[in-house]
Amino acid sequence: MKTIKVLGPGCANCVNTAKLVEEAARSLGVEIAIEKVTDMAAILGYGVMSTPGVVVDGKVVHAGGIPKRDVVESWLKA
Amino acid sequence: MLRVFTGLADWLVYRTMGLAPDDKLGDALHFFVEDVTKIFVLLTLIIFLVGLLRSMLTPERLRTLLAGKRKGPAYLLAGLLGAVTPFCSCSAVPLFIGLLEAGVPMGVTMTFLITSPMVNEVAVVMLLAILGWKITLLYFATGMIVGVVGGLLTDRFGLERFVEDYVWKIRMGEVVAVEADTSLRGRIAFGIAQVREIIGRVWLYVLIGIGIGAGLHGFVPQEFFAAHAGPDNPFAVPLAVIVGIPLYSNAAGMIPIVEALIGKGVPVGTVLALMMSITAISLPELMILRKVLKLPMLALFAAFLAVAFVGVGYLFNAVL
Repeated sequence: MKTIKVLGPGCANCVNTAKLVEEAARSLGVEIAIEKVTDMAAILGYGVMSTPGVVVDGKVVHAGGIPKRDVVESWLKA
Repeated sequence: MLRVFTGLADWLVYRTMGLAPDDKLGDALHFFVEDVTKIFVLLTLIIFLVGLLRSMLTPERLRTLLAGKRKGPAYLLAGLLGAVTPFCSCSAVPLFIGLLEAGVPMGVTMTFLITSPMVNEVAVVMLLAILGWKITLLYFATGMIVGVVGGLLTDRFGLERFVEDYVWKIRMGEVVAVEADTSLRGRIAFGIAQVREIIGRVWLYVLIGIGIGAGLHGFVPQEFFAAHAGPDNPFAVPLAVIVGIPLYSNAAGMIPIVEALIGKGVPVGTVLALMMSITAISLPELMILRKVLKLPMLALFAAFLAVAFVGVGYLFNAVL
């Protein structure tokens, strides 16, 4: 089970990123716990300045813009 | 090159739909068709080309670039970076905090926040294509000057005290450098992603802008503007700025309105003051900035820009 955090203040791109991760996990059959982090101090605490950012099991894997689907899948498979 | 779009609109509106050029509806529709095709084709091209070059200029890199600089050059650099950085208001807050946290002076950060929405490649290329290089240069130069002066004043008067206290307490983790794919293929993919993202964000504003532009072009008589916003009305410039403050559109959406107004004989200074006011200050943006700035700072911010835009408007009207 992977813990995934989507970092972002709640803009459209952040919501879409979270949706994309959920969808990809479902289609791959990977079990995930997803959490949206909207607190600015926490987001910057991860060193992310361009939102949305994505954290997989405590590691920042993405910052800025909606990630591509195949990239999302590669996080989930790893 | 841009004649293609006029030809296309001629064909569709006059020949296929059978409307006459001197008919109000035909005239408005022609403007609409021409601008929709022209602006979206230009937008796609510009964003793609700039995207090819821009895969390197991330907010993280921006922070590193600005952090090391001494004050003087830093304002100008911040202004220029503001001009070339794509910037959506939802990233304003993390960017603002990230810059301050890196020790970038508040004024330099404000310079960036002012020039970023106002001056960008989309505004520059479209002004260039539609209104010529003189107006483009004026727009670019004044945007920079307003940004730099705004930043200098912020530091001169120690306005950091109006930053919300919690901002100073945030400690950033190690900045994450997400590697960019710098192969040609990677850059092309990035360019396409930029086109999708930016057009996805601005298309509605652009369509509304073109709709308003077409309405003004076709249905509002020249005399109306001559009477209310012409060179003889000394209050036209401040009025344009005040109308523009609460409204928001991005630079791309403003171009067709600018085009229509100038076509109706409204002086260039008045029109550019309106454009600057609409793109640089708006209620939604002030609400986002409220998360990091106290109310007096927001009021000063809006007031400074309003005064600056009125000045710019009068100046252009006097020189041109």
